Amino acid sequence: MTTLAVELSGITKRYPGVVANDAVNLQVAEGEIHAVVGENGAGKSTLMKILYGMQSPDEGRMLVQGAEVQFSSPAEAIAHGIGMVHQHFMLADNLTVLENVVLGAEPQKRGFIDREAARRDLEHLGASYGLDIHPDDLVETLEVGERQRVEIIKVLYRGARILILDEPTSVLVPQEVEELFRNLRELKARGHTILFIDHKLEEVLAIADTVTVLRQGRTMATVDPKRVTASELAELMVGSELPSPSTEPRAVDDHVSLSLSDVTVLDETKRPALDNVSLAVRRGEILGVAGVEGNGQGELIEAILGLRSIEDGGQILLDGEEISTWSVRRRREARIGYVPEDRHRRGLLLDAPLWENAMLGHQTMEPFARGPLLDRGRSREATTRIVKDFDVRTPSIDTSARALSGGNQQKLVIGREMAASPRLLIAAHPTRGIDVGAQAAVWEELRTARRNGLALLLISADLEELLGLADRLVVMLRGRVAAELDPATTTPRQLGGYMTGAEDVTGDKE
Amino acid sequence: MTGRRIMMALAPPVVAIVFSVALSSVVLLIAGTSPWEAWREMLSYGSSLGALVETGNRATQLYLAGIAVAIGFRMNLFNIGVEGQYMLAALVSAAVGAAVNLPPILHVALIMAVAMSVGSLYAGVAGYLKVTRGVHEVISTIMLNAIALSTIGYLLRTWLDDGDDTTLNITTPEIAPSGRFPNLNGMVEMFTREIGRGRELWGFLLIAIVVGVLFHLFLTRTRAGFDLRATGLNPFAAEASGVDPRATVVRAMLLSGAVAGLIGLPEILGDSYKYDLGFTRGLGFTGIAIALIGRNHPAGVAVGALLFGWLDSAAPILDVVGDTPREIVSILQGVVVLSAVVAYEVVNRIRRAQEARDAASATQRTLEPTS
Amino acid sequence: MRHPTLRDSVVMRWMVAALGLVIALSLTQDLARPETTDLISAGTAESTLRRAIPILLAGLGGIWAERAGVVNIGLEGMMILGTWFGAWGALEFGPWWGLAIGIAGGAAGGLLHAVATVGFGVDHIISGVAINILAPALARFLSGEVFAARSGGGITQSPRVDSVGHGDLPFVSGGDLFGWSTPDLFGWLSDQGWFLVSDLFALLSGITSNVSWATLLALLLVPASVVILWRTSLGLRIRAAGEHPVAADSLGVNVYRMKTLAVVVSGGLAGFGGAFIAIEQTGIYREAQVQGRGFIGLATVIFGNWQPVGAFLGSMLFGFADALQLRDRTAVHALLLLVGVALAALAVRAVLRRRPAAGTGFAALALVVLWWYSVSEEVMRELPPITPHVATLLVLVFASGRLRMPAANGLRYRRGQE
Repeated sequence: MTTLAVELSGITKRYPGVVANDAVNLQVAEGEIHAVVGENGAGKSTLMKILYGMQSPDEGRMLVQGAEVQFSSPAEAIAHGIGMVHQHFMLADNLTVLENVVLGAEPQKRGFIDREAARRDLEHLGASYGLDIHPDDLVETLEVGERQRVEIIKVLYRGARILILDEPTSVLVPQEVEELFRNLRELKARGHTILFIDHKLEEVLAIADTVTVLRQGRTMATVDPKRVTASELAELMVGSELPSPSTEPRAVDDHVSLSLSDVTVLDETKRPALDNVSLAVRRGEILGVAGVEGNGQGELIEAILGLRSIEDGGQILLDGEEISTWSVRRRREARIGYVPEDRHRRGLLLDAPLWENAMLGHQTMEPFARGPLLDRGRSREATTRIVKDFDVRTPSIDTSARALSGGNQQKLVIGREMAASPRLLIAAHPTRGIDVGAQAAVWEELRTARRNGLALLLISADLEELLGLADRLVVMLRGRVAAELDPATTTPRQLGGYMTGAEDVTGDKE
Repeated sequence: MTGRRIMMALAPPVVAIVFSVALSSVVLLIAGTSPWEAWREMLSYGSSLGALVETGNRATQLYLAGIAVAIGFRMNLFNIGVEGQYMLAALVSAAVGAAVNLPPILHVALIMAVAMSVGSLYAGVAGYLKVTRGVHEVISTIMLNAIALSTIGYLLRTWLDDGDDTTLNITTPEIAPSGRFPNLNGMVEMFTREIGRGRELWGFLLIAIVVGVLFHLFLTRTRAGFDLRATGLNPFAAEASGVDPRATVVRAMLLSGAVAGLIGLPEILGDSYKYDLGFTRGLGFTGIAIALIGRNHPAGVAVGALLFGWLDSAAPILDVVGDTPREIVSILQGVVVLSAVVAYEVVNRIRRAQEARDAASATQRTLEPTS
Repeated sequence: MRHPTLRDSVVMRWMVAALGLVIALSLTQDLARPETTDLISAGTAESTLRRAIPILLAGLGGIWAERAGVVNIGLEGMMILGTWFGAWGALEFGPWWGLAIGIAGGAAGGLLHAVATVGFGVDHIISGVAINILAPALARFLSGEVFAARSGGGITQSPRVDSVGHGDLPFVSGGDLFGWSTPDLFGWLSDQGWFLVSDLFALLSGITSNVSWATLLALLLVPASVVILWRTSLGLRIRAAGEHPVAADSLGVNVYRMKTLAVVVSGGLAGFGGAFIAIEQTGIYREAQVQGRGFIGLATVIFGNWQPVGAFLGSMLFGFADALQLRDRTAVHALLLLVGVALAALAVRAVLRRRPAAGTGFAALALVVLWWYSVSEEVMRELPPITPHVATLLVLVFASGRLRMPAANGLRYRRGQE
């Protein structure tokens, strides 16, 4: 009988109003790659946080290598050989790779940090596991794939035998995912046990030895990936087929709502973050913008909104009018809607009531304002309508935005933008981090809006979302439009290739 | 507002006051004096009509100071320069007021306009430096305070001194009666006995109330007020919603400075009719404390102003009776500020947890704990 | 991808800038002769160092706190506590104990700030402002209790206290070494009257003779801070708490403890600065004698890009401005010449960079300042006391270049929240 590296039984964790984990059981054999799948909000992250000591369970037992344990902090989990690679990298930009890796476990020499020993160990680890890193680089100079490698070295440095990876592929393109899986197989060959959380079923089936499915905080099943299909897994995850964005025949006309010509945006070091970009979005069309984060998508959005200025020679036309000198307010008043990528940062006033959040972006227009004064009565009415129409679950419109779940917050943001009948909507990662139900609702809203003539610029890292919703696709790479693709005939693999520059426009492979 | 919300709003200042009184009592016990005697004396003296009039006057000044600071605080702008702004405004407006002679209401209006302009412009310097050079307003306004005081000294010495004054005091000339603000003694004496001892309840109290009402209306009913609050809550979201962050910063500083300019006027228009070396200092800093206690809300600031005003007016009795040092009142005030600030934070956290619970049960799902 | 450590190049740049400033001052003094000999002299240098130390200590305090991610506006209040407890300690137990108790007083203030911000999550600036309100009130109360009863004391001041003692550094300034007196090299060189060189050695002579031991101790804290923060585990964890507290927590670092420790150290440093003022500079506790130096110290943090060496240079700059006001008003007047020339240089630079608006602005200012210099003999007496404040403002306005604040500075950190 194979020993169990990790056994969780009866783990329960409650938060105010929510049971995140409900008597969850998990058995991970030694030396296997074990995937934990479930939709957003199924309780996977919470379970892993409990295993890693970042949270304590309300009920249940944990056994590591057969011995019962109780972790009250990550330090204890680390001491038991458990290491966690987080979904959102935990790396300090202003510190070097070496400093980030040894933090909390610094080798000492006469009271000071022994940098030579640390450097030696890092290079040794990198060499033996095939992970390419340089100890003295400042983390902020590293790309996504490199940062993930640093995270892995971080846990290996502490002698982790059991590695937990939280949605490791969410920031990677297909080629980088293959590189990661190569590394995981190497780790497994050296006797490590790997637990990883994912919700992309093809990947899971490709790499895992065992799959455990969670749904609504409970363990649904533990299966052998060689014996199930993706759709069977999906059914276990949501109880029915995963909704997918699907195309429908579009009724687009030739009127160009948004047009960018030769738009260049410089960053702080005077280099072009956007380099002579030209694109157009027509009425009733969804233009998808694909690309690895940091290739100019953010600057593109900011340029269109007016949060950044563009260099001379560029032009931004909204329904034929040149708007590049307009203020942000004027553009919003011209009915450019915005669903930001980070709703907490750009989209909401967390500590303000919902009805004031519903005004955000539209506070100078009807029905929220009349002249220089606000119209509270009509604002509240409008908010009530939005809450009803977009299924925002909240006790009242006076509740603070902070109290709502992510999905409901996003529904509110989308609802308020749609309710203002925009002529152009910029949506950045609109379904990131929200549960499947809300995701389906958002996609439906976007499709409805398109049918009604909305021009939509959709920026996303979810390849399924892009391929499913967009009428046309462009790929951003290093600030330029690297490719224009037809979503109907592009595979995720091809798309990933363009996103990383492995394929060029002519279709040649690397 | 529901009953529970009102309680949650009042709890922190009440808790803070109780805690501070308790702590100060402990300090007094350690120092070997009786706290009970001290509080008793203060309460009895402080409830006399004269002391209440004094409270009203003090509170008027402190209220204006608190509102001036609160305008900035609402935007996460820390206008510590209220001190320099109000003193500079007081000097210049007193000098201008003494140099002209206009019909009564116009004369007062002119003095007020000058004071507000000076305060506004001086605050605007800090605002301008912040938006153009990124200079943090806490440090710049504190430096500007020192510069203002020096400037006042220079101006008084060289240009604005009243040559007719024969005392050692340096002062601006006196303002003619048309430029003075009438007092409210008549109104008060309708309800009470004669105030006596030459004490007057400064009429500028009415202006302070108007300022408070306007502040409240501005914040809650105007677009500009919404923009200001939004920038304070989340400058990034505000910017994406169309608020021009730099213009808002400058506007807030100008507004804050304008109100700051009024702080010195109750005294000048109601009492001294000139600016001299005896002019009350430190109101700007106390205003910060008041704004913190009042949580930047017009009503809260009023409570803070009345509290501190009363404490200041009741404190002198301690010098006369008993052996409690008068400075215990300063400690009391200092502790109230710190504990109020902590109490607000704790109450906030409780409120948020409660809201999260309510919101989660409204969704009827057993999913995601937080966003 | 290689990346040179930011530190090296910046430190070099500062050294060059400092040298340039010294040369500029020397030239200004020569040009303005015989108006003043105090712009660059041993006496001024000595005063500069002495005035710089409290600012330096406040600056180091600011760095320790902000490197851990906590903004400490309350440095001023903690310095006030340092002045009071320093004077009291010196009166009761002697000057060295005074310093120690002053440090403890400041550290207590730091602890209060830590409890409010780290423990309760209060906004950093608000907590700092509250402490700045509480500290003088406390000092006044305690003075009334303790000093008023003694001769020479009252609610606003204490009786006089003694300093910890001075000495000259051996060999360079004629100090004694184990009882034998040594030659005064710097002194001799500065007396020679050689152009520029003598001025430079006059400076060095000033800062190495008649130096207080407390000054030397304070100066040692600069390299000590560098070593602790960048070469030890504790320092790395503190910096990580300020750069990415969630990452540090996920690796088992107790972020709350790191922040609290850093803030208490910050308060202690400020307390040292306050005690230094009371014991070394004025020899007395007097109300309102800190005079904003806690805030000027914060300015050196920004000016020095959150590095101890930068804070040291900044504090010397502000100390110089502070020292001038005590020397004589003609020195400040001569400074106008330097400022005017500097503004003119900035105007030229702006024009060369094709920014005519800024160029005209600077040129106009330069003309005003130079005209002021030429029509007056001395500056008005209200100007010298605020030279440090004006200098701080100017520095902040012009130094907003490539600064690198700790990434999580000022953030309210609560464990378990993403």
